[in-house]
Amino acid sequence: MTAAETTTDGGRPLSARRIARQRRADAWRRNWRLFRSHRSGLIGLVILGFFVVLALAAPLLADGDTLKVTQATGGVLESPSGEYWLGTDENGRSVLTMLIWGSRISLFVGLLATAISMVIGTVIGVVSGFFDGWTARVLYRLTEWFLVIPFLPLAIILAVVLGRSLINIAIVIGVTSWPATALLIRSQTLSIRERPYLERARLLGAGRWHRMTRHVLPNVMPMVFANTTLTVAVAILSETTLSFLGLGDPTRVSWGSMLEGAFGVGAMTTGSWWYIVPPGVCVVLVVLAFTLIGQALEEIFNPRLRSR
Amino acid sequence: MDHLLELRGLSVAYRTTDGLLPAVRGVDLVVDAGEVVGIAGESGCGKSTLASTVLRLQPKDAVVEGEILVGGHDVQTMEWGDLRALRWAEAAIVFQGALHSLNPVRRIETQIAEPIRVHEPGISDAAAAERVAELLEQVGLPPGRSRAYPHQLSGGQRQRVMIAMALACRPRLIVADEPTTALDVMVQAQVLDLMAGLVKDLGVGLMIISHDLSVLSDVCDRVAVMYAGRVVELGSAEQVFRSPAHPYAEALSSAFPRVGDPAARYAPAGLAGDPPDPLDLPPGCAFAPRCARATDACTEAEPPLLEVGGRRAACIRVGER
Amino acid sequence: MSDAPLLEAEGVRVEFTTRGGTVATALDGVDVAVRPGEILALVGESGSGKTTLARTLVGVQRPTSGVVRYEGEPLSYSGRAVKRLCREVQMVLQDAAGSLNPRQTVYESVAEGLRLHRLVGRDSGGRTEPELVAAALSEAGLRPPERLFLRYPHELSGGQKQRVLIAGALALRPRLLVADEPVSSLDASIRGEILALLLGLRDSLGLGIVVVTHDVGLAWNIADRIAVMYLGRVVECGTTEEVLQSPRHPYTQALLSVVPEIEELTPVVLTGEVPDPTRIPGGCRFHPRCPALADGAAAEAGVADACRTTALPVLAATGEHRVACHLATARDS
Repeated sequence: MTAAETTTDGGRPLSARRIARQRRADAWRRNWRLFRSHRSGLIGLVILGFFVVLALAAPLLADGDTLKVTQATGGVLESPSGEYWLGTDENGRSVLTMLIWGSRISLFVGLLATAISMVIGTVIGVVSGFFDGWTARVLYRLTEWFLVIPFLPLAIILAVVLGRSLINIAIVIGVTSWPATALLIRSQTLSIRERPYLERARLLGAGRWHRMTRHVLPNVMPMVFANTTLTVAVAILSETTLSFLGLGDPTRVSWGSMLEGAFGVGAMTTGSWWYIVPPGVCVVLVVLAFTLIGQALEEIFNPRLRSR
Repeated sequence: MDHLLELRGLSVAYRTTDGLLPAVRGVDLVVDAGEVVGIAGESGCGKSTLASTVLRLQPKDAVVEGEILVGGHDVQTMEWGDLRALRWAEAAIVFQGALHSLNPVRRIETQIAEPIRVHEPGISDAAAAERVAELLEQVGLPPGRSRAYPHQLSGGQRQRVMIAMALACRPRLIVADEPTTALDVMVQAQVLDLMAGLVKDLGVGLMIISHDLSVLSDVCDRVAVMYAGRVVELGSAEQVFRSPAHPYAEALSSAFPRVGDPAARYAPAGLAGDPPDPLDLPPGCAFAPRCARATDACTEAEPPLLEVGGRRAACIRVGER
Repeated sequence: MSDAPLLEAEGVRVEFTTRGGTVATALDGVDVAVRPGEILALVGESGSGKTTLARTLVGVQRPTSGVVRYEGEPLSYSGRAVKRLCREVQMVLQDAAGSLNPRQTVYESVAEGLRLHRLVGRDSGGRTEPELVAAALSEAGLRPPERLFLRYPHELSGGQKQRVLIAGALALRPRLLVADEPVSSLDASIRGEILALLLGLRDSLGLGIVVVTHDVGLAWNIADRIAVMYLGRVVECGTTEEVLQSPRHPYTQALLSVVPEIEELTPVVLTGEVPDPTRIPGGCRFHPRCPALADGAAAEAGVADACRTTALPVLAATGEHRVACHLATARDS
């Protein structure tokens, strides 16, 4: 048992709000302490932090204007030199600049797509798991149906139909990846539903909405968080794939479009490694970072996975 | 003559992030063939840890001191081969929570036959099946139930399956960890009757662990009451239950009132406070903070087991009433 | 104690249809009544229907037939009626550890009821929410209550968890508490404390209590009256002294005989298990396991046929020591 923590101080009267605030502060502190003890999670956080800073500070680090093909200043497929640390692409643009600015797209699309996927997946998962009737059954069948549709063909069709823009790519990825989340959340909801504290809430007079939002959802959220980080990794990979296939926004540079460009000019055969390797490595690193963070979070939120 | 089971100065401590946690602190106990010995205590007193050491099942990082002699041989220092031979064929455990101790996807006949096949690898299917049928009869289960899955059986029936498994290799010593918890009163009586009958018929030695002192008083010959890792009272079951000498044993005994006793009517007897944190044991007698009869002398040193009226109690105020 | 029952069930039957289509009769006609400030024990083994009866009394389980009355008014089972009943009749569940949301602090668990029924505004003393929560925790024996506000369930001992559950129920100011196996998952030495708490609540708050248990010793400790249940029916009821000291039904007698604390009765260990609620025996539901039928006592009294074929009427809820048994009735006349 932990040492006693008093909440009264100097005779100030306690209010429900202060108690709630203190509890939230305690929870954050405790979770951070737990997270800190996972070296792999910390490494992931550092890597991710590096890329986030890179993305946010892009205008400070590299001149965005040089991304325009008409304003490219370098030669064609120059190898790395003092002036261009990572060489240039077939249009003479600095690969390093493209890399830095590309991080913005990859991260933005990845996060937006994940947000869309998580929201749809969680809502459908909780509702289809918590309720018993018609609605729940229909939603479950819908989830299964969507799950079966192969990702790439659907993504390609949707991208063509919706048009090629960043938001649309995010929508495409979000709409095709929610079923996995929904199934996970649904099975978790089904198990939580049977727990005695749900019955207790019912005995206290709680209606279904209250039970769903105050008891099921908070206990499902930890799994949602851990799943989110893994979903981001998948979303970034998906964005890279779609851009590589030429479905991304043609006016924006992303790591995927860099790979598309490299493939298009046969960078492998000409030996222009500086065009292929950096974007590939960046994707791998970001995905790795999210995966490590996700694993650490999973251990924090699921105490049973903790090693003694 | 070696005792069937002898614990000499047994101490077990677990390594935790907060330090060494003493679960068992110096226990001496003896079980002989044809005898039923009960260990009573509540959660955290160390009784389950005690049971696990008999077959060397405690976690690898646990620190064990003292001796655990089964048939005269120390289990802790045995060679691996000897230990394997010992497990189940000399000593067996009936675990608590039968629902979770049985494999849900295998039929019970397969599970009962498993230890037999492990110890006699060449045994024929027919011989194994015959032994399984024999065991089911011994525990009072109809032989037709052998092809059932665990979830198809009731709680009492599952517990009987656990007992049949324990008997599979004809051990001389059986340790039963909370065999009747979570069972209905009537089924509990059936299972206890069965176990007492087996002891008489097969001449095995039985050690029963339970938090329910009244259950032990019925079926055991001798009872040891544990508190905070030590034995605080040891004597015949009758004595320990009816006229306990140690204040904790007294509290445990009076927690289950005699129906018909007017003194217990509208007067539930309880014990205030909680068991001590093993990492932060109080000085002297571990029970002193909760004891109504504690004096200053009680906090000075851990009292040894003192003889009083045919039983032993770890209380310096024993004998004065 | 006034005589008019506070909560009563009349002719209640509860049937569950399993997936395979078979019907399990958890309650097969039960009359039960609790008066204000009275402590009633529902004693039985698993399959007896005692937990189903408790849930029916609280309004959470709707009976297939029969009626539940609070203060004489039958329960209408509309959302509002059930919610209003929550304020008067509260239930404390069996599994204390699982009954508290692991992500809620003690404060939030206790305050939940207050918030659901908006009781903070209606408090006659004008107390704030933290004050009401502290009051409930104190009443449940957790003092000083503020120390536990921010604790999580996994940081509490078994006894403390049970007290928090009781506090959560008390916060609604009920007039009747239904406790399902309040001490079975707790250590023996804590048992007395929790039972003493329940008794104390009856004395200080005038709370009526229905205790569901398999432990007759518990009934001896705190109950005024007992109803012994078997396979969905009450087979014997009366005051605790009457039923436990002079049991008349063979089932009650067998149950008492195997309790280790009683030496006077020779143990009668019934064979077999409690039968399936989907296949309730005809005649007296206990007859396949009845020792009186097996050893000829019933035949001697001439009721053996009745035991096998004639069903017994539902026992009335109030009155003196009653028993649903052909043999006992024959012996009385």
